[in-house]
Amino acid sequence: MIYMDYNATAPVHPEVLEAILPFYREQFGNPSSIHWAGRMVKGAVEEAREETAALVGCAPSEIVFTSCGSESDNMAIKGTASALRNRGNHIITTAVEHPAVLNTCLYLEHQGFRITRLPVNREGLIDMNELQAAITAETVLVSAMFANNETGVIFPVASIGAICRERGVPFHCDAVQAVGKVPVDCRGMEIGLLSLSGHKLGAPKGIGALVVRKGMKLHPLIHGGAQERNRRAGTENVAGIVALGKACRIARDEMAGGAARVGGLRDRLEKGIMALFPQARLNGHREKRLTTTANISFTGLEADSLLLNLDLAGIAVSSGSACSSGTLKSSPVLAAMGVDPAAAKGSIRFSLGRLNTDADVDHVLRVLPEIIERLQKK
Amino acid sequence: MNRENSKKRVVIAMSGGVDSSVSAALLKEQGYDVVGISMQVWDYGKFAGEGEKFDTCCSLDDIHDARRVAEQLDIPFYVVNFEDEFEKLVIGDFVDEYLRGRTPNPCVRCNQWIKFELLLKKARALGAEFIATGHYARKAQDAEGHYHLLKGTDPAKDQSYFLFTLTKQQLAMTLFPLGEMTKTEVRALAARYNLRVAEKGESQEICFVPDNDYVRFIEEERGRELLSGNIVDRSGKVLGRHRGTYRYTIGQRRGLGIAHPEPLHVLELNAETKEVVVGPKEALFSEGLLADNINWIGAAPEAAIEAECKIRYRHQPVVCRITPLPGNRAQVLFAEKEKSVTPGQAVVFYDGDRVLGGGWIEKALDGGEKR
Repeated sequence: MIYMDYNATAPVHPEVLEAILPFYREQFGNPSSIHWAGRMVKGAVEEAREETAALVGCAPSEIVFTSCGSESDNMAIKGTASALRNRGNHIITTAVEHPAVLNTCLYLEHQGFRITRLPVNREGLIDMNELQAAITAETVLVSAMFANNETGVIFPVASIGAICRERGVPFHCDAVQAVGKVPVDCRGMEIGLLSLSGHKLGAPKGIGALVVRKGMKLHPLIHGGAQERNRRAGTENVAGIVALGKACRIARDEMAGGAARVGGLRDRLEKGIMALFPQARLNGHREKRLTTTANISFTGLEADSLLLNLDLAGIAVSSGSACSSGTLKSSPVLAAMGVDPAAAKGSIRFSLGRLNTDADVDHVLRVLPEIIERLQKK
Repeated sequence: MNRENSKKRVVIAMSGGVDSSVSAALLKEQGYDVVGISMQVWDYGKFAGEGEKFDTCCSLDDIHDARRVAEQLDIPFYVVNFEDEFEKLVIGDFVDEYLRGRTPNPCVRCNQWIKFELLLKKARALGAEFIATGHYARKAQDAEGHYHLLKGTDPAKDQSYFLFTLTKQQLAMTLFPLGEMTKTEVRALAARYNLRVAEKGESQEICFVPDNDYVRFIEEERGRELLSGNIVDRSGKVLGRHRGTYRYTIGQRRGLGIAHPEPLHVLELNAETKEVVVGPKEALFSEGLLADNINWIGAAPEAAIEAECKIRYRHQPVVCRITPLPGNRAQVLFAEKEKSVTPGQAVVFYDGDRVLGGGWIEKALDGGEKR
């Protein structure tokens, strides 16, 4: 079995698993409790907050733990929209955001907000002049991702941050695919709100965080107790938080080396595919992207048949975004990039990670020719 | 476990119902490399309004059931999306046929254009040698290697009628694991395999028509009272009004809303004149019919043959004489007059248990009572 779908989720890191087990056993307390049982876990939560903050370049007090990346995105966008409603009703985002951002904006559009969706060029990048031009006195938020989940394309986040600061507009960055893979620095990049998700970097599913920089105005999504400095009610997912902290610690130590190693595998995979299927095309900017991700159009073939065949051969990849029902539809991200529909229909995302090896790449390149031949035959 | 089967990949069309679930279990037991596929053919959220989209989710219960059965059987399972094709080839045809004054059979169309065309193609693309369905029908191979389609063993469940469009090539690639079984046996197997759908009821008549209210469906697709007009008798005398010819089927007696000394039956639907023609029960009987788009599973006969035919699914086969006509058409003359020949329905030809082929009913032929 070969797993090349790390952008969907990553296996839990064994050290992370070790680190959280005590919190499912003896360290069961509620961190809000005053007694020994509470104290036993409170420190671990705060240590995880510090580790998380250290990875993304913000103060520990600016970390709000959530349940997932989607919650973080919802909290950032809806929370800002409702806090700044009196200031304006305009939100700027991009055409290639994750559904957690796009559909939250769509919801706000139905609630009366005006949404600008910045287009991208053939390489998946937005035009900074268009961002400048889109900002008005009514604009209350710019929400742009760090790295694209389908193509791995990396936006010039620091430039977006600078423009937003200059124009006095809050900047939310969905960095779910970037954190742990490339350096993320909220201070240096002038990011006001930043979403991240634990399971993309070796923590389990069910834990995420939103960075809320000091001075940002936003309403909570979940009201209740005073947890997370009144920003997010609900008893803390202690084990999840500890896991995220541990995963961030490991990422800080291993990110640079890991990115280079996985990048080597990804490049070899890409070259191999181009050699055995010359009609194949890379989607997205060749350099400005994650070293883990390759989005390739097998022009003339059907992506879903390719994906199912690879799955039947034990190789896990993905095609477009799988919609909730599990059926396959062609990708809005590639459409926004102006990828020819015939090529988009044949596009497969390989996303590699920690456990992939040279042997995995060899195996995929060995299996592909037979599948391609079968699909060309009909 | 049959060793010969072990390398043969079969795609089983899984609807989430008992029949296809038991089929999948049987194939797995027979040692095949089984892959389950559900076809998503219809967006159940389609009629939800803009704002409602945030409150509703498409009703994918059946696909959910199929997925859970596949998990239970430990076979790979996929959902393929044929919504666009289904909309065009099955739903479009269904509505068009009603608006032409005919009574369509979408299940045959779905088998013809979706299951044994698109799904078969998908199965080939996955390296499968066969597709399998939960139909109650059998296939047999003769001494010369030709494949034949046979009725299912259970006379109460035989579904060969829905499969008359199959070609020999399609048959060669198809398996019907339930062909030799009765529904009772299948239910017992579902229980024995401990399948979670064992207790599930029969599926509804037309999968894409909620509550079987096809009139509402047509009107939501195309508009209201499109073909409203007069109810007339054979002589053309106006007896009343109706709100759309598509609301009626041939032979229908109830719901005409006309007071008349003898019971009236719908004899004809005329979409051009927008007339529903009614008359006495005797006028419903026909000598025969004309059919088009004939498919012969084996070689087409060169001259007239004696055979049996069914003119709707729930119909006992009757003796008839079939004369092939040019242009893939045929004339069918019944040994005894038949009631309610319905344009748009399929006529399927049988030689005992064997399906010879079939076609689509164009019109009834009779001894002169109809104009």
